[in-house]
Amino acid sequence: MSGEARPILELRNVVKRYSVGRGLFARKRALMAVGGVSLAVQRRQVLGLVGESGCGKSTLAKMVLGLEVPTEGEVLIDGRPIASLGRLERARLVQPVFQDPYSSLNPRKTVASIVGLPLSVHGEGSAAERQGRVEEMLRLVGLAPRHAAAYPSQLSGGQRQRVAIARALILKPQLLICDEPTSALDVSVQAQILNLLMDLQSRLGLTCLFISHNLAVVQMLATRVAVMYLGRVVEEGPTAEVMVHAQHPYSRGLLASVLTPDPSLGLPETGLGSVFPDPLDPPPGCAFHPRCPLAFDRCGVEAPLLLAHRGNARAACHAAERQAMAAA
Amino acid sequence: MSTPVLDVRHLAVQIPVADGVLHAVRDVSLTVAPGETLCVVGESGCGKSLTSLAVMGLLPSTARRTAERMSFAGEDLLTITPSRLRALRGNRMAMIFQEPMTSLNPAWTIGDQLTEPFLRHGKGSRRQAVDRAVQLLERVGIAAAGRRLVQYPHELSGGLRQRVMIAMALMCGPDLILADEPTTALDVTIQAEILHLLAELQREMGMGLLLVTHDLGIVARVAHRVAVMYAGEVVESGPTVTVFNDPRHPYTRGLIDCIPIPARSRPGVPLGTIPGLVPNLVGGIEGCAFRERCAFATAPCTRTVPVSHGGDGHAWRCVLPEGVPSLLENPA
Repeated sequence: MSGEARPILELRNVVKRYSVGRGLFARKRALMAVGGVSLAVQRRQVLGLVGESGCGKSTLAKMVLGLEVPTEGEVLIDGRPIASLGRLERARLVQPVFQDPYSSLNPRKTVASIVGLPLSVHGEGSAAERQGRVEEMLRLVGLAPRHAAAYPSQLSGGQRQRVAIARALILKPQLLICDEPTSALDVSVQAQILNLLMDLQSRLGLTCLFISHNLAVVQMLATRVAVMYLGRVVEEGPTAEVMVHAQHPYSRGLLASVLTPDPSLGLPETGLGSVFPDPLDPPPGCAFHPRCPLAFDRCGVEAPLLLAHRGNARAACHAAERQAMAAA
Repeated sequence: MSTPVLDVRHLAVQIPVADGVLHAVRDVSLTVAPGETLCVVGESGCGKSLTSLAVMGLLPSTARRTAERMSFAGEDLLTITPSRLRALRGNRMAMIFQEPMTSLNPAWTIGDQLTEPFLRHGKGSRRQAVDRAVQLLERVGIAAAGRRLVQYPHELSGGLRQRVMIAMALMCGPDLILADEPTTALDVTIQAEILHLLAELQREMGMGLLLVTHDLGIVARVAHRVAVMYAGEVVESGPTVTVFNDPRHPYTRGLIDCIPIPARSRPGVPLGTIPGLVPNLVGGIEGCAFRERCAFATAPCTRTVPVSHGGDGHAWRCVLPEGVPSLLENPA
């Protein structure tokens, strides 16, 4: 980790608790959606955030976008607490691309007005300049000039996601948040969008938080990867290290469950079992221990800390720690 | 070979639309043997879902279905009476729909929805239906199954709802299951488990499984045989291992190359893609429908492309004599 530059995004021990009613008369209970996450994204880097639904990754994204306020901790964008920023200022710094391009675009607006809206909201340039920037942006994301006059319903899923990306980038934000940007698309279209994002990343030097449940998708873009489980980061490190030498059994399970087109392999044994824990009643100790093939007595008692055991990656796992000590 | 549980020959589905007739499914032939998994794979709009709906007799009322033959376990589905079809559907042939969010009835409890087909088809008493529902929910990996029966769909997560859909399809012990993208809405970990479960139940009960998906990663791991559909046609079919090791149609190759692979796909190295868009199927299509997007297209592709056959049931609709090399360079 480079300590010299100020990160574009910094999360300092961020916690988000919701209070959830369980029926009309039952007492409300606290649901810990994000339980103390500290992460940093440096300029021109892509942090891939991976985990199953319900692990808190989307809640985290909402807090970075300023759509949710953390219960505890701080979100800093370019060194400034997000709580201190106004709405417009925030929108200039952070922009999202959401999962579903069918519902995230206004069906009654043309592509040109969708992509150009942020410019007029922020009062940037004259009408002619704005039109020029929209045309340039559409070209950049691989849309033809004729698409400018089209409505979202006239576009394919992949084209719509290109529109969403164009809209997010038109203000030249410091940070792009992609929340499952390819999960709603066909595999073949997913490849096109991933190629586009890779291309934009290298051409524009984007800084990006890229969220997905599929590690194979994340690795295409991410410089670093963070794996979340039940509101906490359980492993974090450089992409290549996590992909090849994952230390946390959960990361290994996620990797194993990616179905590659190799007919000589059958269905993978992830070893994870099927019991996803109740987030209202998280297991004591390491939240992962009931599903963990390596769990031993300590795991049910003491929550592991996110520590470096090997290389540049950190993992929150007693088994990984024990292994590292045995190897040393 | 035993009688196939599903035998479809030269199926076509046409849908009248504003500017003509949409040829959504064109000349599709499929068979599924008992205990066999056939995967139908292709991009959105290739006609794969309509094919499964056509088999179930669930097409929109404006659609026109023609076929030379369409039989379920020897019973002719083309001339079947509506009441006989209703007696088969949900009973001996069952369907798992793609979206568990919308295909469960929000106003009914899980228990009522699970027991309905069992009672409707006169499989036993209410008591037996509830017992079977609990047993199947446990089988599909839902803990505290008895408690789930009184819950409503909105109280369950997407993964649990999909499991409920699978349990529902199994209630009457069907001979054939048609599953339309059963895992698309799910996490990769849950996907692996649900597919395990389907494969295991299939072995146990000897069901035929027709699985519709857009993901060749799934196909490679679960299918015995595969049919690749493009623009309403089957462009390549055969045993899974043969099709993956020696794809003869450029479209099949394209679908294989666009899948990111852990620790092999690299940042900055683009994935393979299939440029262009699916052609408009309104009106007739002459020649190979893929030629506009194909890097290997030549003059003969504008004429009707005959089906070529290899050994072991491998068939493809392409004029290329040697098959298609991967366009991705593996830095070996």
